[in-house]
Amino acid sequence: MAPLLDVDSLAVTLPGPRGPLPILHDVSLTVEEGELVGIAGESGCGKSLTAQTLLGLLPEGAQVTGSARFAGTDLLGLDNRGWQRVRGAGIAMVFQDPSAALHPMLTIGRQLTEHMRVHLRLDRRAATRRAVELLDQVRIPDPERALRAYPHQFSGGMRQRAAIAIALAARPRLLIADEPTTALDVTVQAGILALFDRLRAETGLAVAFITHDLGVLSALTTRGYVFYAGRVVETGPTGALLTAPTHPYTAALLGARPHGTQAVGTLRPIPGGPPAPGQAPPGCPFQPRCGYAEPSCASAPPPLSPVGVDRSVACVVRPQLEVATR
Amino acid sequence: MNSLLEISDVEVEYRSRGRGRLRAVVGVSLDVAAGQIVGLVGESGCGKSSLARVAVGLAAPSAGTVRLAGVPVTPLGWRRRPDTEIGLQMVFQNPYASLNPRRTIGAQLLDGVPAAVTGVARRNRVHELLDRVGMPASAADRYPHQFSGGQRQRLAIARALAPQPRMIIADEPVTALDASSQAQVVNLLVGLVRDLDMGMLFISHDLALVHEIADVTAVMYLGRIVETAPTRELWRDPRHPYTRALIDAVPQIGPAPRLPATLAGEVPDPANAPTGCRFRPRCPHAFAPCGDEPPTVELGGRSAACWLTEPTMTPATAPAAH
Repeated sequence: MAPLLDVDSLAVTLPGPRGPLPILHDVSLTVEEGELVGIAGESGCGKSLTAQTLLGLLPEGAQVTGSARFAGTDLLGLDNRGWQRVRGAGIAMVFQDPSAALHPMLTIGRQLTEHMRVHLRLDRRAATRRAVELLDQVRIPDPERALRAYPHQFSGGMRQRAAIAIALAARPRLLIADEPTTALDVTVQAGILALFDRLRAETGLAVAFITHDLGVLSALTTRGYVFYAGRVVETGPTGALLTAPTHPYTAALLGARPHGTQAVGTLRPIPGGPPAPGQAPPGCPFQPRCGYAEPSCASAPPPLSPVGVDRSVACVVRPQLEVATR
Repeated sequence: MNSLLEISDVEVEYRSRGRGRLRAVVGVSLDVAAGQIVGLVGESGCGKSSLARVAVGLAAPSAGTVRLAGVPVTPLGWRRRPDTEIGLQMVFQNPYASLNPRRTIGAQLLDGVPAAVTGVARRNRVHELLDRVGMPASAADRYPHQFSGGQRQRLAIARALAPQPRMIIADEPVTALDASSQAQVVNLLVGLVRDLDMGMLFISHDLALVHEIADVTAVMYLGRIVETAPTRELWRDPRHPYTRALIDAVPQIGPAPRLPATLAGEVPDPANAPTGCRFRPRCPHAFAPCGDEPPTVELGGRSAACWLTEPTMTPATAPAAH
C-alpha cells in the first residue's frame, strides 16, 4: 500500500534579493496512515518550509521540483480550488504560537464551527454538537462554556488545545504540527504530547511532528528525519536514530543538549553555525563543522543511502561515533 | 560560604483594577556566593522574572531586602547608580531587544567601561571584552543586525561584563537560541563565572539545562520557592512533589517512545492562588495538613516547603515523599 504522504526528491527555491535561493534539496519522506513521524533540525534547516510546501503556502515565485503525493493526489499540480479541498479536510496544521493562530476577536466556537460548515457542510446545530465533542476530545474542561470564550481567556496550554481542536474540525487524515509545544512549559508540553498520542490511537490520525527538541522527538515519534541545511541527513526508527546515530550532525546535536546523568558543565557545542541559504559549501553541508570530515566530503553532497534496518544516512565517512550515555 | 547576593523575604505585589492584588513573589529568600551558579527554575507565571527585576534593582520589592556584598540594592531611578551597584548586571532573554540597533557594538560596550579607564586603554578594554566572549575585534565597528542570535547574545554578555560586575543575573538567556548556539552561550557563561569568580543567578524554565550548570537549584511555584538543594541532590532525590513532577515531565531520549508523565490541572491564576500549600490542588500526595501553608524546612544543606518533609506531621498512612 502506498504511504498516506509520499514526498520524493522535493526541491524548493525561493526568490531572493540577489537571485534565487535554493532552500530545500532532494527531500524525500513518507508518512503512513496513523503514524507519528518526527522532523528535527535547527532553525533555518528547511523543516517549516517543507510543511508550507505540503499545504500550498509557499510565497509567490517559489520554484518547486520533485513530487509530493497525498492519498493519491499530486499536491504540486493543484490549483487554488484543489488546495482548498486538501487543506483542513486532508492535511491540517498546528503552529508554534497558538495566540497567533487563533483570531483574538472571534469566539472559540465560531472558529471551530466555521471550518466544519464549509468542509463538512454541517448545519449550525450539528456543527455546534461536533465542536463540543472536539473540545472534549482535546480535554478542554466545560466545552459548552469554552465555545463562548475568547482566546485570551484561555491559558497557553488551553489555547494550543483549542488550536488542535480547530485543526481536527474537518477530519484531516494528516496533521502537521510545527513546534507545537516549543512555547509551552514542560508540564503543559507533557499533556499536549499525550494528546497527540491519544488522537493517533483513537482516530488513526497521522502526525508529522516538527521539533528542534530531540527529547520530544524520542518521547513521541516512532520514525524520524534529521534535517540540516535543507537536506535530510539521517532517517530511521526514532529510538535507534537517537541512541545510535550514524550521522555526525545527529551525534553533535545530541552532545549539545542537556541531559540527565552527566556531570555538570559538559554541554558540547557544535562549532560555527549552519550555512545561510545559498551559502552552503559545494560538498556535504555539515563538512565545515564536522570533526570527522575527510577531503572527499568537499566534492559533492553525499546521497542518502541505506545503513542497517530501515535506516539511511547521508555521510560518506560513516565514522565510529561516540554517543554520551544518558 | 559568604553570600554575595542576599535576597531576604522579598515580596512583589502588583495592583490592577479588576483583578485586585496580585502577589507575584511571596516571601522569597535566596543567596548566591561568589563563584557560584544558582539556578532558579519554574514555569511561566511563577514569579521568577519579577524576582529577577527586584534582584537587579529594576523594580522595588513590596517587602524584604536585596543586598549585594552586604550593601542594600536601591531600585534604579533617574540618578546615576552608585559604583558598588554597577557590580550587579543583567543578561536578558532577547538580545534583539537588549542591544541598541542604531549604535555600533563598540560604542555600546564603551558605555559600560568604568570612567577610570581612559585614553587608548578604553579601546583596548572593548577588544578584551569581545575576545572574552569569543568575538573578533572587528565586531566593535558593526551593528547588532549584522550578527546571528547566538552572536548577539554573546555581545549582550560582553556589555554586561563591561563594568566588571561581581554578580550576573541571567533571565532565560538562551531560551531564544538554537541547540548549537545555546550550548555555546551556556558554556561561555559558566566559564566566565569560574574564571572571574563572579556569582550568577541563572533563571530558566528548562530544568535539564539548569541541571547541567547550576551548583544549587531553587524551584519556584506560584511565587514561592518550594525547594532548594545542591543540583545533583535535587535531581536524584527531589523532596517536593512539584520538583518531582517537573523532572518527570522532561522528555527523555530512549530506545522506544515513552511519553513524559503529566501533571493534573493547570497553574492557577496568581490573583486567586489557593490557600494553604499553593501546589495542593494539583499534588498527588495532598492530605489534611496541606490546608495550612507549609513552612520551609531545613534538611541539612537543602530545604523544602512541604508538609511531607516534616516528620512529626506525617501520618502513618501518608504516601512517602520521593
